[in-house]
Amino acid sequence: MAKITYIQFDGTKTEIDAENGSTVMNTAIDNLIPGIDADCGGECSCATCHVLVDPAWMEKVGAPSEQENAMLDLNPDREENSRLSCQIPVTDELDGLIVNLPEFQY
Amino acid sequence: MSEVAASTPFNPDPYAIPLDSKFNVAQARLFQQDAHWAWFDRLRSESPVHYCDESEFGPYWSVTRYNDIMEVDTNHQIYSSEGGIAIVEQAEDFRLPMFIAMDPPVHDEQRKVVSPVVAPMNLKKLESTIRERAAGLLDDLPTGEEINWVDRISIELTTQMLATLFDFPFEERRKLTRWSDVATASEESGVVESEEQRRQELFECLQTFTEIFRERQARPGNNDLITMLAHGESTRDLLDRPMEFLGNLILLIVGGNDTTRNSITGGVLALNQFPAEYDKLRANPGLITTMVPEIIRWQTPLAHMRRRALVDAELGGQQIKAGDKVVMWYVSGNRDEQAIENPYEFAIDRARPRQHLSFGFGIHRCMGNRLAEMQLRIIWEEILKRFDNIEVVGEPTRILSTFVKGYSDLPVILHPRK
Repeated sequence: MAKITYIQFDGTKTEIDAENGSTVMNTAIDNLIPGIDADCGGECSCATCHVLVDPAWMEKVGAPSEQENAMLDLNPDREENSRLSCQIPVTDELDGLIVNLPEFQY
Repeated sequence: MSEVAASTPFNPDPYAIPLDSKFNVAQARLFQQDAHWAWFDRLRSESPVHYCDESEFGPYWSVTRYNDIMEVDTNHQIYSSEGGIAIVEQAEDFRLPMFIAMDPPVHDEQRKVVSPVVAPMNLKKLESTIRERAAGLLDDLPTGEEINWVDRISIELTTQMLATLFDFPFEERRKLTRWSDVATASEESGVVESEEQRRQELFECLQTFTEIFRERQARPGNNDLITMLAHGESTRDLLDRPMEFLGNLILLIVGGNDTTRNSITGGVLALNQFPAEYDKLRANPGLITTMVPEIIRWQTPLAHMRRRALVDAELGGQQIKAGDKVVMWYVSGNRDEQAIENPYEFAIDRARPRQHLSFGFGIHRCMGNRLAEMQLRIIWEEILKRFDNIEVVGEPTRILSTFVKGYSDLPVILHPRK
């Protein structure tokens, strides 16, 4: 279980108690948090669940895989802290995680 | 190339023939007659990854289930796009390199140059122009008499949009439509008289855009596609590689034209075939948001994409050999009941309407997907303001192609809102 804070582009914050075994993407979809499309349903193949991880959390969240990197690279708005939220599994370690949602998904 | 087609007896019933290595779904006539559905139903249930050893396009694998298609689409290290993304081969002496038909790293470099033009931020700037033009078109339409929806709306609107994206001389915009049609025309389609004519017209396209490119080289700062190419790091020397320049132009013209055109038409047809959905839409225009991706799924404007295996691989229990041609039939995956609930229903309020294959997945996923959705959203918002019913009054005429799934004619009568 981990508390995750999603911050919308307009600054709106939502705190969710996320279940282990889910992902940051699925948790958002299950809780009807806007700003994440997840067109491919979690296959790391559409890049529409793009989030910007709070810099303080980057180390714990870790680096993207090669495939995720390739998908992130398609996004002209990619930042240092960009991740695809379907590729971030929820674990106890991520309790307190903060992710920012971009203005647009591509 | 048409020899095989001519000698193959044509029977549109897939259950009338054995499901063996001669079972060939890549027949343009099937798509033109809207008879392909049962062929894919049979493949999905009996031979979902199927080898056909003889067709006018040579031997090829058909991949027909949603999940298998996803696997091919997302494994670009195994299934290469290099050399072509349609089942038909490009002529040896007339190859048009384009980034959709390339693998990383060149694909990534070139795509990055043009993708910002269709990024949501840029689209916001275009929205009011698109809406004005759509409104103008719809206001000029005659009501109460039969018109061809394809020509009057679908083609005109997408052509105007394309002219806007390229900042192409507006009064000459139908040239873009013509080049799009010519580029995808099959020999038997009648769009061009000969392969020579086809090349001649495409060279005219190249010449026209070469002039525009030169003019934009001298005038930076605008955010149209040609200015971006003329100043992008990996594309500013494109004029030295004319075939690659032409290839990428065709990609952008076809990508932004045929697909949206046929989705605009497909939406009208779908709402007429599912009148209860049309009622729902009239009662709640907010459903346009979920209807738009549903239209794109239902229509599947490009029936397939093809890859070539770089190494031996297993797919759906079949052994794919290095060098084999692998065709992902999006049109079939979008009707796969294992992935999509009631796939043959057109339902404008699906819970996850964007889970469809029409844009592809992986690194070649459609770059213009948000633009396409925006165009469809705007046109439907403007339609609902003006018309109570767009009544289809005759059979559509479908295009003779295994690639572009679309229409050349849809007779309709417009009924204004009371």
